[in-house]
Amino acid sequence: MSLNEEVELLRSIPLFANIEPSKLKLLAFTSERLAFQEGQSLFHQGDIGDAAYLVVDGTADVVIEGPDDTRITVAQIERNAFVGEIAILCDVPRTATITATSKLDTLRISKDLFFRLVNEFPTMAVEIMRELAHRQEQSNLQLTKANQRIRELENGAG
Amino acid sequence: MEKTIFGYVWRFSRRQQITMTLMSAASLPFLYLFYEVPKTIINEAIQGVGVEYPLNLGEKLTVSIFGLDIPLLGPFDLIVDQAPYLFILCGIFLLLVGVNQGFKFVINVYKGLTGERMLRRLRFELYGRVLRFPLPTFKKMSQGEIIPMITAEVEPLGGFIGDAFSLPAFQGGYLATILTFLFLQDWRMAAAAVSLYPLQLWLIPKLQRKVNLLGKERVARVRRLSDKIGETVQGVQEAHAHDTSNFVLANFADQLFWIYGVRERIYRQKFVIKFLNNSIQQLGPFAFYAIGGYFVIEGQLEIGTLVAAIAAHKDLAAPWKELLNYYQMQADATIKYDQVISQFGPVGMRGPDYQLVQPDDLSPLSGELAATNLTLNDDQDAPVVDGVSLRLSLEKRYAIVGSGGSGKEELTLLLARLLDPDNGNLNIGGNDAALLPEAVTGRRIAHVGATAFTFAGSIADNLFLGLKHRPLAPADYDEAGAKQRAIYVDEARRSGNIEYDLHADWIDYAAAGVDDAASLRQAGLVALKRIGMDEEVYQFGLRGTIDPAARTDLAEAILRARAGLRQHMADDPALLDLVEGFDGAAYNMNASVGENLIFGNPVGDALDVEHLAEHPYVLDVLEQVGLTEQFLSVGFQVASTMVELFADLPSDHELFQQFSFISADELPDIQALLQRSDRANLSALPDEDRGRLMSLPFKLIPARHRLGLVDDDLQDKVLEARRYFAANLPDDLTKSVEFFDADKYNASANIQDNILFGKVAYGQAQAADRVGVLISQVVEELGLHGTVAEVGLSFEVGIAGSRLSTAQRQKLSLARALLKRPDILILSEATASLDSATQAGIIDALLADFDGRCLIWAVQRVSMASGFDEILVMRQGRLMERGSFAELSESNEYVKEMLASE
Repeated sequence: MSLNEEVELLRSIPLFANIEPSKLKLLAFTSERLAFQEGQSLFHQGDIGDAAYLVVDGTADVVIEGPDDTRITVAQIERNAFVGEIAILCDVPRTATITATSKLDTLRISKDLFFRLVNEFPTMAVEIMRELAHRQEQSNLQLTKANQRIRELENGAG
Repeated sequence: MEKTIFGYVWRFSRRQQITMTLMSAASLPFLYLFYEVPKTIINEAIQGVGVEYPLNLGEKLTVSIFGLDIPLLGPFDLIVDQAPYLFILCGIFLLLVGVNQGFKFVINVYKGLTGERMLRRLRFELYGRVLRFPLPTFKKMSQGEIIPMITAEVEPLGGFIGDAFSLPAFQGGYLATILTFLFLQDWRMAAAAVSLYPLQLWLIPKLQRKVNLLGKERVARVRRLSDKIGETVQGVQEAHAHDTSNFVLANFADQLFWIYGVRERIYRQKFVIKFLNNSIQQLGPFAFYAIGGYFVIEGQLEIGTLVAAIAAHKDLAAPWKELLNYYQMQADATIKYDQVISQFGPVGMRGPDYQLVQPDDLSPLSGELAATNLTLNDDQDAPVVDGVSLRLSLEKRYAIVGSGGSGKEELTLLLARLLDPDNGNLNIGGNDAALLPEAVTGRRIAHVGATAFTFAGSIADNLFLGLKHRPLAPADYDEAGAKQRAIYVDEARRSGNIEYDLHADWIDYAAAGVDDAASLRQAGLVALKRIGMDEEVYQFGLRGTIDPAARTDLAEAILRARAGLRQHMADDPALLDLVEGFDGAAYNMNASVGENLIFGNPVGDALDVEHLAEHPYVLDVLEQVGLTEQFLSVGFQVASTMVELFADLPSDHELFQQFSFISADELPDIQALLQRSDRANLSALPDEDRGRLMSLPFKLIPARHRLGLVDDDLQDKVLEARRYFAANLPDDLTKSVEFFDADKYNASANIQDNILFGKVAYGQAQAADRVGVLISQVVEELGLHGTVAEVGLSFEVGIAGSRLSTAQRQKLSLARALLKRPDILILSEATASLDSATQAGIIDALLADFDGRCLIWAVQRVSMASGFDEILVMRQGRLMERGSFAELSESNEYVKEMLASE
């Protein structure tokens, strides 16, 4: 896939939709195209975050490792997903492990470049906020469900 | 050493000095004749004064000594006329010229050689003394001071030594000869000629004394200057880090100012002396003209005598001047000698036998190491180690614990005999340690400190250094080499240097428990493995090159590994994408266009991969296969893309350095170039612009840059260019490139690249790591790991090991200590610079290794001591308590305190 196709791909993602094409081209050119084999991990929970990934093709599992080696798959991602941005935004260790479940094609965007773009394009920041808020909402929803379930179980037990 | 330079010269070159003096003396009669013959030529042969022709030479050349007539020509009569007599005399004159110059030549050469040999002896002696200095001396004396003393300061002494005795003897004799001659002619005139000498003899030493003092000051100041330079070189990083360059410069300028001041005064003084000397010298003729002239007028003196006296005075001037010069030179040399010698005899210096003598009994030490009241004071006489008495079994492992200033480090140095105690005794295995030569302590004991030194050379050189005590097997020499060696030995003897042959085999294989060089390398690798450096050395080996002609077996094995790697990749589809192998008939998407074209490794500087577009042959190849236009067009597109992408970025942005084909400074030029060029007609551009555009496509790597510019057509043409490039390579370039050949070892590439024989693919996650694992796997399968690691032993470590990390240097020093299999291994925080995992590994390995042998380790943290047989607690220079770790960590408050704070 050539640079121009990558630019097209980037434009189809809401996060980058409002960025001018020449910047997207720079983003594509300076980002590394990285392929993962099935079973390889993009990164591991607890690692220091140095880049975010844009999934160009393929699928992957987002896994959270709990205490006692429990592993919960919290999401599955596919083409156009943008992952790994939390660790570089907040300077926290990776919050999950992402493992390819098929041959996975990605664009690796380094932390520096990502920040540069966010600084230059406020619209991108807004997009990120939107995305994060959306995820927050999802989490809240799941939390509510989980609470409800716990209450049910407790009641059943009592 | 001798207190004065004359004592030194007399002791070591007495014979030469006497020979030189005798030679000088022997030359005097000829010199006298050399002045005498012209007089005879003029008086007798030309003017015919006092002779009658024909002349009987037999009679003329008869000298009478004690009333005995000795005819020099024998009992022959030789009758000559005036003209033949003239020619005979002229012939004698010519002969005398030859004889005199011959004397001069022989004496000068002899003098020079004597001086140089003495200089060599002096330098060797000084250097030998540096090796015997007690270690604390180096706290007060820097290398900046020692180096100029041994190199520059003693240099002029060599010149002086040749003259030390012979010059005053010769010139003095010369002066005396002329004076005698003069006194015999007319005593009054002679007395007048030398009447001012007493004044000079009284005045000049007075003035010279001042110069001497200044000379001393100058030497001291220059020493301080070189010390400063040495310090700057060592601390240059700090100077940059704190912007103190100006302060350092000002400091240096200040020193230069004072040196200038001293030199200025020396010059003034010297020229004052010269001025007085010359003036006094000219007083002579003044006296002759005035007083002598007056006597002539009065009729009390013959005019001839006056003229002769004036001439004699002129003759006297030369040797007298030489003598005065010698006096100054002598004063200078004496100062230099004194000042150097006074620095090279510090208190506590060990005797020469300590290093030179090798006892017959070098059997392993056994029994005990016993110290009684061991005391060491620092330079302010405060005790650092204070009355330590202990008995250690040579079959146990001890840890010494204590805080930084507890004296544990100094204690290890005392036990290793690297420091001499100010008080107390040390007994090692029944021997008084004070009497043990270095041949015993340096072989049976090993000591490694916190920052051990690594010497320039290869890893092997450093690793085997501890086995090089004496030359053991002589080097093989051919006839010429043996001759050269004999000369070397002879010269070494003449100047008291060591005779050992540097090219002999010095390695004591038996000490490492091996038989030959090959098994020693294996033992070296084992020692490195124990210390956890084997993997690093293996990596050095992978990045090392070999000469396939000299190591055909290894080159073939590497080729098998190359095939093995291919096989692995063919068997496992997951690996297939990792490496794109070199294939002469295929375009390599992970290599640059330039690499694809050359398809080989440049050797030397003739072909520079970075500047292929400037090479005439490369341009010719492009032209021949019709690529020039295409390259211009692709170059134009690359340039446009770069301008489009990077034009808005600030010029110092790191993306420029990382990604742009065009540097930030060039970008405006390129922008202008693009604007003025017509894309359809790029060939019309001036040469400089064309060159710029042409250079860009060479750097394109399709898999990495993904610009979509290297299309199938271009690839095909580059392949064609590749074939043309190889087929028509001019003769002068055949040695400049080594083409990739799947069946041949590439000598210009390192081992790893030879195994890989391709490019690690871009865009594959962790490709480099996975390829590294794969290569290791292949190397392991073929049993090549050890061989590759052996190549790693040849890795050059750089000046003071600068190409190694601090940790690597330290590990290398530890392995060096292990390799010589010491009876006692003494470590002083030797692993402090290593990470804790490596450190733990080394502790375990050494504890296992030294089970039943003696290991004494001053550890930097108490918790490291848990596995030792016994621990010694040092506090404020005293041995506080000893016992097992389990005991002391419960009972000893100080140990508990230290443990708690770790």
